[in-house]
Amino acid sequence: MDLKNINLEECLKFLKEKKISSKELTTFYLKEAEANKDLNAYILLNSDNAIKSAEESDKRISNNTARPLEGIPIAIKDLFCTKDVLTTAASKMLNNFKPTYESTVTQKLWDAGAILLGKTNLDEFAMGSSNETSFFGPSINPWSKDKKKYVPGGSSGGSAAAVSGNIAIAATGTDTGGSIRQPASYCGIVGVKPTYGRCSRWGIVSFASSLDQAGPMTKTVNDAALMLDVMAGYDKKDSTSANLKKTTFYKDLKNKKKLRIGIPKQYKNDQLNKEIIKFWELGIEFFRKNNCEVVEIDLPHTEYALATYYIISSAEASSNLARYDGIRYGLRKNSENINDLYEQTRAEGFGEEVKRRIMIGTYVLSAGYYDAYYLKAQKVRSKIINDFNEAFKMVDIIFTPTAPSDAFEQGSKIDDPIQMYLNDVFTVPVSLAGLPAISVPMGLSKNNLPLGFQIIGKSFEEDSVFSAAKIIEENSNFKRETEK
Amino acid sequence: MQKSNEWETIIGLEVHAQIISKSKLFSGASTDFGSDPNTQVSLVDAAMPGMLPVINRDCVEQAIKTGLGLNAQINKRSIFDRKNYFYPDLPQGYQISQFTQPIVGSGTIQIDLKDGTLKKIGITRLHLEQDAGKSIHDIEPSKSYIDLNRSGVALMEIVSEPDIRSAEEAQEYVKKLRSILRYIGTCDGNMEEGSLRCDVNISVRKKGEELGTRAEIKNVNSIKSIGQAIDYEFKRQTEIINSGGKIDQETRLFDEKKGETRSMRSKEEAHDYRYFPDPDLPPLEIEDEWIDKIKKNLPELPDVKKENLINQYKISSYDASILVSDKNNAEFFDKIINENTKRNPKNIANWIIGELFALLNKNNLEIKDSPIKAEDLGELIDYIEDETISGKIAKNVFEEMFKTKKNAKEIIQKKGLKQITDTDEIESLIDKVLNNNKDKVDEYKSGKEKLFGYFVGQVMQETKGTANPTAVNEILKKKLAK
Repeated sequence: MDLKNINLEECLKFLKEKKISSKELTTFYLKEAEANKDLNAYILLNSDNAIKSAEESDKRISNNTARPLEGIPIAIKDLFCTKDVLTTAASKMLNNFKPTYESTVTQKLWDAGAILLGKTNLDEFAMGSSNETSFFGPSINPWSKDKKKYVPGGSSGGSAAAVSGNIAIAATGTDTGGSIRQPASYCGIVGVKPTYGRCSRWGIVSFASSLDQAGPMTKTVNDAALMLDVMAGYDKKDSTSANLKKTTFYKDLKNKKKLRIGIPKQYKNDQLNKEIIKFWELGIEFFRKNNCEVVEIDLPHTEYALATYYIISSAEASSNLARYDGIRYGLRKNSENINDLYEQTRAEGFGEEVKRRIMIGTYVLSAGYYDAYYLKAQKVRSKIINDFNEAFKMVDIIFTPTAPSDAFEQGSKIDDPIQMYLNDVFTVPVSLAGLPAISVPMGLSKNNLPLGFQIIGKSFEEDSVFSAAKIIEENSNFKRETEK
Repeated sequence: MQKSNEWETIIGLEVHAQIISKSKLFSGASTDFGSDPNTQVSLVDAAMPGMLPVINRDCVEQAIKTGLGLNAQINKRSIFDRKNYFYPDLPQGYQISQFTQPIVGSGTIQIDLKDGTLKKIGITRLHLEQDAGKSIHDIEPSKSYIDLNRSGVALMEIVSEPDIRSAEEAQEYVKKLRSILRYIGTCDGNMEEGSLRCDVNISVRKKGEELGTRAEIKNVNSIKSIGQAIDYEFKRQTEIINSGGKIDQETRLFDEKKGETRSMRSKEEAHDYRYFPDPDLPPLEIEDEWIDKIKKNLPELPDVKKENLINQYKISSYDASILVSDKNNAEFFDKIINENTKRNPKNIANWIIGELFALLNKNNLEIKDSPIKAEDLGELIDYIEDETISGKIAKNVFEEMFKTKKNAKEIIQKKGLKQITDTDEIESLIDKVLNNNKDKVDEYKSGKEKLFGYFVGQVMQETKGTANPTAVNEILKKKLAK
């Protein structure tokens, strides 16, 4: 049995059939993770406790009380608070922080029998598109070769690298402007950003509250549906979580849907890489072959999305990160003077990108600038939401590239924030509108790096997103490198 | 001296009222006052990473109730905003408040002034917000301590229109507001414990001129301080203008010990709070049915109660306003009259406002802690009306009741204070007194009529004051005329 390339669905089957034990599986993945430390995908491995949990899962499997994800080791982005386990947000600020509480989403996973394998690397406080802003150093794209180091994308870069590099069967990520979808695309895996409100944000270190959303990062579309069913659900502790009936995405995947596919004309610009356009057209063919109607749609405010996103997300971040003041927990630089204590603590605790966002956010909310930036951005956000509402009158899903390029080389953009931010051009409009979207791998670029495509759905209609993603997945027959 | 009648003071008040509720505005933590430091703190109150606020329905209901009590418009959709600033006792680095769209809009309250006039004061708005924690600087010279028990407790900020023109009006406004809050049970109004706090916005102008520059006075935390702060500011501001100076727009702090205000920060130093809608909280939507339900169950408000007292019992407007100023006064009155509707309402009011308040004040007690209960005072009043005791004796009995917590009947019996109304008995007592004072009787008859009072006093002394004074007067007059 090839434990290395096994996916979540297969794993569950083998565990159920007792072809492997959870302990064997967990031990194997801990060992693989150790052996692949150069990927820097993990900030922390939960070695001792994971084995203990696996033994308990094996007991449950043997006495037929197994739960939906019983015995599956899962990697958790280090932005989810995990009880008594270090939770750093990849920041020096929280270098020593052990929560006394468990995030709702991870609790749901543990309640379903999953096992915490380790906490994965990310851009500091989820701010970044390359994983290079992590206090613990960048995670590496497992597709890197010939001494060239490619980024895994970000901010959920560690989770993407872990799944892609076969040192996790599945992982959680969070997506604020593309932080699940872009790394999924760069690493050749499946990543889902659910509808805003689908998963509870309680216990996830906040970046931008009106945009943050947790989601699964997996090897297949089926795995993603299976995992999202566990992660999703109403939580009265999160006032923005949606009170809807329990999801059955995995079960519903068996029924193929006839879908109308929208192609936004604004996304096809001149700067777009030719090979991406080629794959895009190929995807459209796949849909046509599967009896889907394909129409061009208009999203007229697309060009303002990126600026809008960086204003709103930075404004919210500047306020959300005010709590890291050195008073109650985390890093503290002592001083005789309170303002000096704040300044020293925050100067040392936060990295450059986080400071940049705090400054942008503080600026756009300041007296005299609020109307011109924050308020205007909110108005544009409404227009972008309206664009999607109009488009979805004609189509069921929208099909676009996930990112404007394949993975780039480490260090190539870190000094140019604008170039870095441009990576999010296709993902941020979806985030601003709070819509569900998936990134599915389609093929390899000329650099032999994965290219993913994004499928966007209507609010709370992830089922259509999964259904369309299956069509792409089945037809493109993308092989992860190690499987080739 | 300035001719202060040329000047007009323009005052607006911002009152922070702590909501009576079991738990905090956005967390399940308890709101117990006086608990050990940092024992009433949830993960949300301490702003741990990833913690989120959830609105407490009870606090919203309290705000709606208060809005209705202030005759104000209830906004069916309101927004929570973040007010951003750094302070160690503000764990989130922002206070959740309401900025552009508060839960309650404009309303009015009516105040009674000493000259008997009524005045309406406009309410601009009422909004919900969180309280901060407490910084304690005086435990150690080089360290500050933080107590987060208060962090996240629900407050209502009630903002008045600049309709107030004097210290008296400001004081009456706060008293009336406090009375309304207590009637409807949304704030205990205790200024000493800080559950009711007041900021004063004040400017002066010559009558008919443009509005002057205002100063905001913080930390004005008693009715007395409100008066002192306003008087001080009036003097300060008019003196500056009279000597050709200009008022700075600034925030000032009231020093209770010195009775002065002093500059805290200028307009230039004012914080930029960078308000924006809190993305963790959706807009607060209130349904009509909920408002209607609260309206139906709203207790009687002081103004309505006052009208009822005047109309039903013919009590003077002044007495009625005193009785309704505190919910407990009115309840005390109601208990006595409801027990026996034949009792004279005016007498009841006089006893409560006069004798009872005097003793309570002297002993620093509130009416709810009165040693004389309503039913006992009712009984005492009955003894006066059926002439068992005289009004004068009643005062002694009342004092005894207050001291010993015994009822009137017991005291009257034990001390033999029952009034002597039998004229024969009184007549023989008078004869005795006159016989013992023959020289004084002669003096009286020769024109020293002042001695009449002396004879009355002697009779009263003989009877320990229990003789019916009217009867004593009449009989004595007759006897001396002979």
